Amino acid sequence: MESLYFLVPCALVFIGLAVKALFWAINNGQYDNLDTEAHRILFDAEQKKKEEPSSTDTTKTPE
Amino acid sequence: MTALSEAAPVQPCYHCGLPVPAASYYPVHIQGQARLMCCPGCQAVAMAIVDGGLDSFYQFRTAANERPDILEGSSAKSAQHWAIYDLPEVQSEFVLPLSGQLKQANLLLEGITCAACSWLIETHLKKNPAVKSVTVNLTTHRCTIIWDEQAPLSEIFSALQAIGYSPRPATDDQQQQLIKRENRIALFRIGVAGFGTMQAMMVAVGMYTGATDFWLDFLRWLSMLVATPVVFFSAWPFFQAAWRSIQMRHLVMDVPVALAIGLAYLASVWATLTSTGEVYFESVSMFTLFLLVGRYVELRARHRNRLAFGNLAQLMPLTACCLRTENGCEVEASMPIKTLKLGDLILVKAGETFPCDGRVVAGESAVVEALLTGESQPVTKKSGDTVIAGTLNNHSPLKVEVTALGAATQLSAIERLASQAAEEKPLQVLSADRIARFFIARLLVVCALVFGFWLWYRPDHALWVTLSVLVVTCPCALALAMPAALSAATANLRKRGFLVARGHVIETLNSINRVIFDKTGTLTLGKFSLAEVQLLNQQELGARLPVLSREALLGVAAALETGSNHPLAVAFRPWQDICQASNVKQTTAAGVEGQIDGITYRLGTVGFATTICNITGAAIPPMTLPDDQHTWLLLTSEQGPLAWFGLVDQVRPDAAALIATLKARDIKVELLSGDHSGAVAQLSHQLGIDEFTAGAAPGDKLSHLGRRQAQGDKVLMIGDGINDVPVLSGADVSVAMASASDLAQTRADAVLLNDRLAVLTEALDVAGRTKGIIRQNLRYSLIYNLLALPLAAAGMIPPWLAAIGMTASSLVVIFNALRLMD
Repeated sequence: MESLYFLVPCALVFIGLAVKALFWAINNGQYDNLDTEAHRILFDAEQKKKEEPSSTDTTKTPE
Repeated sequence: MTALSEAAPVQPCYHCGLPVPAASYYPVHIQGQARLMCCPGCQAVAMAIVDGGLDSFYQFRTAANERPDILEGSSAKSAQHWAIYDLPEVQSEFVLPLSGQLKQANLLLEGITCAACSWLIETHLKKNPAVKSVTVNLTTHRCTIIWDEQAPLSEIFSALQAIGYSPRPATDDQQQQLIKRENRIALFRIGVAGFGTMQAMMVAVGMYTGATDFWLDFLRWLSMLVATPVVFFSAWPFFQAAWRSIQMRHLVMDVPVALAIGLAYLASVWATLTSTGEVYFESVSMFTLFLLVGRYVELRARHRNRLAFGNLAQLMPLTACCLRTENGCEVEASMPIKTLKLGDLILVKAGETFPCDGRVVAGESAVVEALLTGESQPVTKKSGDTVIAGTLNNHSPLKVEVTALGAATQLSAIERLASQAAEEKPLQVLSADRIARFFIARLLVVCALVFGFWLWYRPDHALWVTLSVLVVTCPCALALAMPAALSAATANLRKRGFLVARGHVIETLNSINRVIFDKTGTLTLGKFSLAEVQLLNQQELGARLPVLSREALLGVAAALETGSNHPLAVAFRPWQDICQASNVKQTTAAGVEGQIDGITYRLGTVGFATTICNITGAAIPPMTLPDDQHTWLLLTSEQGPLAWFGLVDQVRPDAAALIATLKARDIKVELLSGDHSGAVAQLSHQLGIDEFTAGAAPGDKLSHLGRRQAQGDKVLMIGDGINDVPVLSGADVSVAMASASDLAQTRADAVLLNDRLAVLTEALDVAGRTKGIIRQNLRYSLIYNLLALPLAAAGMIPPWLAAIGMTASSLVVIFNALRLMD
């Protein structure tokens, strides 16, 4: 049972960290706009694929 | 007559999805394929997108774009158009200076249709090195841009315009900040309550599974530690509201909630400090969490309503074209509205909104005053007439002398009327508050009796028994019974397209016995369509032309109306490719004239159209309107009258069904319109509405509503225009259409998101079911409390049982409410 002397404060520290992380996320505006961010990942992935060939194009043609 | 071209299969515009006119050819190469656009505007936008290397936008978008407004002329001219937004006076309304050279602009964007739009906007703007960050909010159509002030803001505005989104400054920033802060604080509270509840419950498991002596005390201290922030931070709004309600001597449900949380917490603290009695920390935390989540759902619904429809927030333009005399000649200058003075001369071009009340000094034009009267037909304004801020100049430029500005305008007067009506609105007492009033007094009496009895019977047990009575009978389930059901019903209605913005709506819907409709835009679409064509016998009238078919006459009419933005012109759109007119001239509030194959035609009012007929020999018979149920236009050529076109505002397809359903439920239906025409009577007849009033001004509408309410009717009002705003504010329940003006939506208790009237029937059904569930919930929780009370008063309920009882009764109520979700 004595392990609780160590484990309980540990748990409290973790709760503190979790609350802190949540507050940071909220203050950072991550919960203000849930729709746009949810879609962003879809476009970014596709865009990179498209950008690769076009960037090689520009290197080939001297400006 | 030109050969009537065969109607080509109608192809949708690749950009906006509207049909491509057969005679036009505006191709753009997108991803290797030539795509057809419907107009130069769409073509320019699509080209800007493709040139920017962003053509994958078309692959990802899930909805067609909106047709862009075309700014005539080159991009230089468009930049000049936005140049006004570089002025510091104008920027002061929507731009915040950040550190260094950075500034932040808050914009509203028109034309956002799907998630791909936000990607397009962000990627396109970030190509400008001066732009540091762009965030687009899809729900609110707002865009925040941080940029280096070295680059002019107008450049960013024209970049947005180039890809088809018209930017407008968002000047309601303070409200935005307030909403954001409210939302964040609510999330903080839920977060703390959530973590606290989880920990307290974990610790409670330890306490109930056999911790003794030292370890029991240790666990108690631990759970007090995690529950304290929950009570003092998360539950704080309940204490505040309870205190306010006690000060106002008006008991609401927050009072027993605060009492339960406060007393259970204090008793538990006392028990922990003295190592006696029992602790209820986990129950307190959980109860707080449940209530907060319910409140949060309500808050979100309210915010969504205010944000998503704030798009038309700016009725008024920010700038005006001011005419100044310099060196003897008149100079046009763009000026911020704020710097206008009474007596200034301004020029309001066609398609612009009047920025102030004023008197016309020169020019003649048609003005749409739907804002005030609800009538969609333009009114002629000529020199000496007054124009009203917020109304739309439809035809040609007007020179206006400013007579009233800002708060002195008629528009502000309407807003004041609305807030007055809202204040006088019959107060809706939530039944939860009635129960609270009933409950608290009796609860306190019972507690006093129990305490008195135990003081006499066994003084050392008196305090603990009384506390257990208070905790056991804590009206947790009772307090959750209503909000849980209302939250579930609100979420359900939102899915169906009925957005509830005020708490009392669902409850009040059940007692509604009269529904008042507005006409234009509510029962009708506000769009004219062709109802009837009456061909005039041309031989009889002495015409020497070959008899034209119905189709050909429609083609002629459509060709004349092609360039017009008059609401009636829209009705002829389907026929506009049949032939083309030249020398088209519009005459305000009269009609149009144009030439087709060398023959002059006129379309419009009788007086206007018949003046070109020069029939030799036979005189023109007097032309009378066929009836007063439609809006009639006469088509004539030089040889004589050709046809009557009867136009009618399209009735919403589901209007008749809704009215039949309402009548079947014994709800009286009434039509209250600002429109003067016979169309009101005609529509009432068509839809089976028995009572109707036409030609009512906003003030009349409100007093009419007042009379109905004085008769004891509970009135639901559905409307859309600004002229409906005062009535919407005053009705027991008010519903605005999604296409309604912003002011109407913010004043309404609920919004029909997809403009489907049938949703109203569903809303009534859901409200009825909600009422049933609330009754059940109240019954369960009352039975629980009544059973628990005597047992607790007898000192027979062990604390773990009390905690389980409290939790179980709350959960029963919540799960019962969740049935409303489908």
